[in-house]
Order: sequence, then structure tokens, then C-alpha cells
Amino acid sequence: MADGESSKEATARTLRNAFGNVLSFFILLLIGVLAFSIRLFSVIKYESVIHEFDPYFNYRVTQFLTKNGIYDFWNWFDDRTWYPLGRVIGGTVYPGLTLTAGTLWWLLNSLNIPLSVETVCVFTAPVFSAFASWATYLLTKEVKGTGAGLTAAVLLAMVPSYISRSVAGSYDNEAVAIFALIFTFYLYIKTLNTGSLFYATLNALAYFYMVCSWGGYTFIINLIPMHVLLCIVTGRFSSRLYIAYAPLVVLGTLLAALVPVVGFNAVMTSEHFASFLVFIIIHVVALVYHVKGNLSPRMFKVAVTLVVSVGLVVCCAMIAVLIALVASSPTKGWSGRSLSLLDPTYASKYIPIIASVSEHQPPTWPSYFMDINVLAFLVPAGIIACFLPLSDASSFVVLYIVMSVYFSGVMVRLMLVLAPAACIMSGIALSEAFNVLTRSIKFQLPGSSGTSQSRDASLNTDGEQNDIAKTEKMDETVKERPSKKNRKKEKEPVEKASIRSRIEKRLLVLPLEASVIAIILLVLLGAFYVVHCVWAAAEAYSAPSIVLTTYSRDGGLHVFDDFREAYAWLSHNTEVDDKVASWWDYGYQTTAMANRTVIVDNNTWNNTHIATVGTAMSSPEKAAWEIFNSLDVKYVLVVFGGLFPSLHA
Amino acid sequence: MGRTTSKDAQALIHSLRSAYSATPTSLKIVDLYVGFAVFAAIIQVVYMAIVGSFPFNSFLSGVLSCVGTAVLAVCLRIQVNKENKEFKDLAPERAFADFVLCNLVLHLVIMNFLG
Repeated sequence: MADGESSKEATARTLRNAFGNVLSFFILLLIGVLAFSIRLFSVIKYESVIHEFDPYFNYRVTQFLTKNGIYDFWNWFDDRTWYPLGRVIGGTVYPGLTLTAGTLWWLLNSLNIPLSVETVCVFTAPVFSAFASWATYLLTKEVKGTGAGLTAAVLLAMVPSYISRSVAGSYDNEAVAIFALIFTFYLYIKTLNTGSLFYATLNALAYFYMVCSWGGYTFIINLIPMHVLLCIVTGRFSSRLYIAYAPLVVLGTLLAALVPVVGFNAVMTSEHFASFLVFIIIHVVALVYHVKGNLSPRMFKVAVTLVVSVGLVVCCAMIAVLIALVASSPTKGWSGRSLSLLDPTYASKYIPIIASVSEHQPPTWPSYFMDINVLAFLVPAGIIACFLPLSDASSFVVLYIVMSVYFSGVMVRLMLVLAPAACIMSGIALSEAFNVLTRSIKFQLPGSSGTSQSRDASLNTDGEQNDIAKTEKMDETVKERPSKKNRKKEKEPVEKASIRSRIEKRLLVLPLEASVIAIILLVLLGAFYVVHCVWAAAEAYSAPSIVLTTYSRDGGLHVFDDFREAYAWLSHNTEVDDKVASWWDYGYQTTAMANRTVIVDNNTWNNTHIATVGTAMSSPEKAAWEIFNSLDVKYVLVVFGGLFPSLHA
Repeated sequence: MGRTTSKDAQALIHSLRSAYSATPTSLKIVDLYVGFAVFAAIIQVVYMAIVGSFPFNSFLSGVLSCVGTAVLAVCLRIQVNKENKEFKDLAPERAFADFVLCNLVLHLVIMNFLG
């Protein structure tokens, strides 16, 4: 009798699980569609064009790649920019984005879907933001279960900070890099939870893709060692941690060195030293744990005193050598951009050209509200939720948000790194809150008996709430996974703890009215967030900035297409080999759209050259004539904003 | 003082040896493999210190190949160790397959990097 009942219950549970899986699959599909379609405002409101400055360069590189193939791409010396110096494109560009779009284009064409390169480039970013939200689901699911994962994925699909970088047409490195970042973190957490070498290999490959795509990969190679160090210091070292970290460093370093733009920097610059240091530390710690497991406590003490007295001397010597090596280089081995992250005043003192770019400025408070909106208020709740209970995975997420908050405070561009962390945290917070509130409503509803309280009765028909009920179960499994310290000793305290948590859960019942009101408020908060995101996507972040629109005072719409007209004029009325001088902002666009040689462009690698053009621009005609003549310049492109009605009205 | 230390050290070595003799032969073979890889890496570093690191990518790939092999073997050893309770439900065959895959990736990358 009892057996039959329990088996019935088991089948009901598997049925519910299967139903939940199908449901979450469809929710994820919808999230992907949402992430893709919210980024199409720019195409609808303007047209399907590449935006801004850097995307034009990426577009031009992609065109070259699709036309000439991969080998010519690696050896491409571009003589159309930085005249008369030229630029080695293959060795100075992060190739991830270009290769991705090129592969997509090739794949579509081999399937007889004849899309132009430009179309593929325009829609790369929205497609990858859908991937990014799925990766967020996976990452958050590893940390806190399915419900939190789905919530975080929804939040990420429309977070304004990420939209600003990935609207259709914004064909820039960040478009694919954020996906790569989240996916690398997911694979790291997955390896940490399972201890499987297979995932460690995948993790290294994902890291390789990230290195290919964006200079921000140094964030990963510093964050993961910090987490490893945190785990070791707080006594959570495990062999899973070793498997997650050690192969990543070896494989990741080798793979990073394969990317031409990184090359030997992967072992030569200080950004990467933290990972090597932690690599050594984790080996020492692993050895200590191994020896400790094999020895009696008394003998272990003896060994420790012996090793410490010998080891201290060796360590001091090694550290002294290391410090001497690092100190002998003028910038202490750090590159300028990284130094400006550690010391926010560095750039304005030593590299004014980096400091002069607006996206390298520190953000203002309103920009936090603009870019992550209500998530800013939910993040603290998420951090608290991560501490109950603290697992290896949740400590990683906490570390991630803390570091990214710091970096976003230094440079407004890095708000982009903060956004996924904020989404994950808010997803956890929202799902936990719904969890508590719906549970307390469920307890107090008439008809639910005492025994069904501990089970997750499927009273909720709403999809989201159903998932949250599942989260509860996942939570329990997370809780029952004891921390490393407890495991060695006894299982009893763990069981006791879980019983205690169950009692606490029963006590943690809010009044019915309060929880109903709280749920309504949370839904309102979510609605507010959605409204803000749609507004930001439609109004604030969709302008392609090569086509400008303004509203005159009587409400009429003006469209300025002057930039493209100017470039078209250049390409139709000048010789192919003519040199065009302009301020560096317009360099990429001139080479891409007008196909003319420029003196300087947005890849600001030679300050002297930019200074020469600046001198010519600010000198009287006679002096400027001589400077421009020495550079073989035939045309000068100047932007005149005087006729914008909104500017002088 | 010095005498007690040496005595302690002797006892320590003795207990270490007795503890190690209990490990199964297959794990000892893995240990030997790890030791060999580390030894090869050290030889290369010493050679670099004496002769110089001119083809830096060759040096890097040589050393990292050895270190990587050692690290992966340690991971394999952790996973197939019967005493390790964390990996009870991981079959040794699966662990070995993962090990082979990871090695394959590692050495493909190294061959590419040797240049």
C-alpha cells in the first residue's frame, strides 16, 4: 500500500519534472526571441546599417576575410590607413568577432542562403545576445537552480547596459565577448561542481574564444585566480577546485599565446602573473592536503615545522627575484590600460589620449540607474541570498559582482561587465523572494494539509511560479552538499543543519496579506524594469550615429545623412589613391565607406601621427598647407555642425 | 635540539614511506609519469637558463607541454583514486577518456604553437 503510494508519487514527480523541463525549454526559447527582437529597434527606426566607428572597421576586416580567406587575413598589411606607415591588421586585431561573422556568412552561403556580409554583420550582435542570455541561464542554474536561472536570463536579455553595445548594427567586439565571458564563467563553475576534466577542456576552449574576441579577457584570468585564492584561504580547497583551475591555466595560457595580438604577452605581462602565482600556490596547497591525508596529526605537525623553516628561505629568495624582475621594467610590467584601472588617475596623468575618450571616463550615478535600473536595488538582496548557504559557486558570483562594481566605477565602458553580474544577482534575489512569498501563501491557503507543506505541491499554474517551486528542490540539494570542512569529519552536523533549515523554513511564513502585497510590488518592479528597458532600447541606444535625427521646435523630424553623403562624394569624385586627412574619429568610416587612404584612424596606436594631424588642423592655412603636403594629403574632411537646427536653436 | 629534529625527520620519512607503500600500483605508475614530466620540465628550464630562450615559443611549448601533462595526470590520479570520496560515481573509464581528450587538445595546441 505504502509502496504503491510512493511509486505513484515518484511517477508524479518525474512527470512534473519532465513538464518543468519542457516548460523551461520554451521559456528559454522565448527569452532568446526577446533578446533578439528588442535589439531590432535600430533597424526598424533607421535602416539596416553598421553603426558608429569601430564597427565600420570590423565590417571592413570581415569583408576582407570573406573575400580573401583566412591566410591572407592573418598576413594582411593594410596600406590604406596610417599613411605612410600602414598597419598590420592581422597581428593587431582581436579576430574573434570577425572570424565569427565570417564563419556565419560562409555557413549561410553554403546552405544557399545568400545574405550579404553587411547583413550578417548587422545581426551578429542580437544573435549573440540571445546566446548570452542562455549562457546566463546555465551559469545561474549552476549557482542557484532553474528558477533563478530563468529570471536572470530574462533580466539579461533586456538589460540596457548590454543593449547599448549589442543593438543590431553595433558590430563590435563586446557583442560576442559578453557571451564568451558568461559562458567561460559557466564552464568554470560547472567544472568546479562536477570535477570533470571534460568540462575543464571546454572551459579552456571558451576562454580561448574570449581571448580571441576582446581585451577584457584579462578580467577572467584575474577573477578566477582570485576566486581560487579565496577558496583556499577560507578552507574550501577541494580536488575539484584543482581540476577546475590547473588545466585552465596551462591550456589557457597556451591558447592565449596562439592569438597573434596577445602572443607572448600571455606569459610576459603582469596581467597574467596572478594566475601563475595562484597556480604555484594551488600546487603547494594540494600537496599539503595530500600529505595531511596520509599522515598522523603529530607527524604532520613535525613535517610542517620542517617544511616551513626550509621553505620560508626559498620563498623569500624567489619573491625577491620576482620583485626585482618586475621592478626593472618601467611600467612595472603592466600595460597602460590596466594601470588606469588600478589607479583611476593614471590615464589622465600619463596617457591623455585614453583619458580623452568619453567611454573611458568614470560613470556618474545616473548612468548606473540608466544602465542597470532596478537591478541596482536588487543586487544587495542577491548577495545576501548567495550567502545562505555559501557554496563554491555562489562565492564566485559574489566575487564577480564585487570586482565588476569596482571596475565599472573606474571606467564607464566596463559597466558592460557589471551588467551580467547584476542580472545574475537580481535573478537570484527575485527568485528567492518569489520562493519565500509563494511558499508562505501556499501554507496559509485553505485545503493544504500539513504533510503537503514539505512537498512542493503544484498549486501554482503560472509558469514562473512553477519553476520557483522547482528551485526549492534544487536548493535543498545544494544545501545537502556539505562544504569541504564538514565532509571529512561527520555527516551528522549536515543532517542536523538541514533539519534546522527545514524548521526555519516552516517558521519563515509571512502573513498572507503581506506576501500578496509583496508579490504585487515585485511584479510592479519587474514591469517598471521592462518599460525602462524597452524605452532605452527604442530611444536611447538605437541611434546609429552616422544618420542623425533631430526634432525641430514645431515637431517635425529632420534626418541628417551628411556623413554618408560626404563619404559617397569622396568615393565618386576622387582618385583611388588620394589621401584624405581628417580627425581620427572619422578614419575608420572613411576607409570603410569611401575606400580612401587616411592619415590617422580610431586605432590610436601612434600618438605622434595624431599630433601631426592635430597641429595641421589648428595651424594657420599656410603652415597647415605645408604639413598636409608633407603627408601627400589631397583632401581634408571637416565636419561642420553649424546648420543643425537643434544645436543653434 | 638538532638531534630531535633529525630523529623527527627520520620518523617522518618512515611514516611517509609506509603510507605511500599502501597506494595501489596503478596510482604509483601515474606518480612516476608525473615525476618524469616534472623532471623533463625542470631540465628544459635549466637548459633555458644556461643557453638562453631564443626560440621562445619552442621553449614555452616544451615546458608547458611537460607541465600540462603533469597537471592532467594529477587530475586523472585524483579522479581514479578509490580513497577519494568526491569522485565515487565517476567511472575510471570516463576519467581516462576525459584525460585523453584533454591531452589531445593540449598537444594539438602545442604542435600548432611550436611553429
